Amino acid sequence: MLILYAVYRVNDVLVYHWNWSRVFNFVIRVDEDTGALVPNLLLHGLATTLRLALWATVLATIIGLVMGYWRTSKNLTLRMISRCYVELIRNIPPVVFIFIFYFFISSQLFPVIGIEDINKEGALVNNGVFQFFFGNPSLLSNFLAGMLCLALFEAAYITEIVRAGIQSIDKGQWEAARAMGLSRFNVLRDVIMPQAIRKILPPLAGQFITLIKDSAIVSLISIQELTFLATEVAASTTKVFETWILVAAMYFVLCYGFATLFRYLEKRAAKAQR
Amino acid sequence: MNDTDQSIPVVEINGLCKWYGDFSALYDINLSVANGEKVVVCGPSGSGKSTLIRCINQLEVHQTGTIKVSGREVKPEMKGIELVRRDVGMVFQSFNLFPHLSVVDNLTLGPIRNFGMSKAEAKKTAMAYLERVQIAEQADKYPVQLSGGQQQRVAIARALCMKPKLMLFDEPTSALDPEMISGVLDVMIELARDGMTMIVVTHEMGFARQVADRVVFMDNGEIVEIADPETFFNSPVTDRAQLFLSQLLSH
Repeated sequence: MLILYAVYRVNDVLVYHWNWSRVFNFVIRVDEDTGALVPNLLLHGLATTLRLALWATVLATIIGLVMGYWRTSKNLTLRMISRCYVELIRNIPPVVFIFIFYFFISSQLFPVIGIEDINKEGALVNNGVFQFFFGNPSLLSNFLAGMLCLALFEAAYITEIVRAGIQSIDKGQWEAARAMGLSRFNVLRDVIMPQAIRKILPPLAGQFITLIKDSAIVSLISIQELTFLATEVAASTTKVFETWILVAAMYFVLCYGFATLFRYLEKRAAKAQR
Repeated sequence: MNDTDQSIPVVEINGLCKWYGDFSALYDINLSVANGEKVVVCGPSGSGKSTLIRCINQLEVHQTGTIKVSGREVKPEMKGIELVRRDVGMVFQSFNLFPHLSVVDNLTLGPIRNFGMSKAEAKKTAMAYLERVQIAEQADKYPVQLSGGQQQRVAIARALCMKPKLMLFDEPTSALDPEMISGVLDVMIELARDGMTMIVVTHEMGFARQVADRVVFMDNGEIVEIADPETFFNSPVTDRAQLFLSQLLSH
């Protein structure tokens, strides 16, 4: 009912001219030269969003595993460092954090590691495999900035997931393993972490999906992902509604698709445990 | 220090005290356990029995007094506590088997990681101990598939795989259904007959009578009476011991 009313308002009151085909053209278009279907801006944006979510999750998981372990450590320094990190990120809005961090890394970190100096035409970056995983080499520093911001932000949440996973392991497991004379490292590697990983994976998968949605925030710092490109398309075509409804649908398909996949994998894993 | 010197007490505790804030968990514990001796520790709940044996392998830390295992002193936060723990096997009330590993993997983990044994060699040892506790046919099962009595026997075999000089039992049958208790106790009796030095915290007085060389009675964190089973069960010296036994026997 609400949708019908909204459509009525848009059509009659705003006198809005719907033109879906123009917007669809930005998803996929026919290349003038070859005549074949070629992905256009919005699909590129979708690919970038996926890459951002994927790599940010990978990096955030690595950071989160370390920090999550530190949260449970006997060493006070490690506990404090990880606790401060988590509290800092969880108590400021993501956008604010990303603005601060982006300007820091782009003005301080990137010049130091020389990201701009990478040969854009060189064999390392100018091949199919690299481009599949990381996108267009000329946008590399842009992509890395977005990815680092997202990774650092999400790692705080993954830290808590890891901490909860480790702490949920029964104390008796620690005691039995230590009583056997296993070193602290071996206790973690052979007894605790295998059990903790099983508890961590489901919330981690959920975090990945959240990251797909959160990645829209980096559009504010001009990272060329789906939301940013959508604003450009909406502005240049003035077809605001079509663009955003389409983009929403793209995010929905992505998130719902992954959610279904993870649900299926979880069911399979649960069956394998029997 | 000769590790195989039979005359050094396996455990020597002097003046052991442990407290949590105002609460005294252990007070002035003095106990010496000789090689091959079986000591049963009994007493009411909260008397510090479990705390005492957990201090021996430093699962609990003590504040004053000394604990020596085979002549080596164990101290809180000491480096090399792992080496001491490899000589001391422990069996817990709640079994504490590793659920993500199969029975045989539970047993081989210690020898592989601690002694660098090969998987094949460790498996051979493991199977031998599984035979000894009469559970070899369950070798490839996972703990969740076993009954409580079976799990505890696996736990005993797991502790034995490290070839310890001393076995500590913390109420090994308290979490078991009655019909499984005798299965586990039989394994422990066998172990005792084979000459293992054992300290057993238990409420199973029949086991104590049969196997113990000495019975240590504790109450309120102190050792109240130490005696051989005959003396302890038939003519206990202290009032508290008499009270405890009368309560036990009235069931």
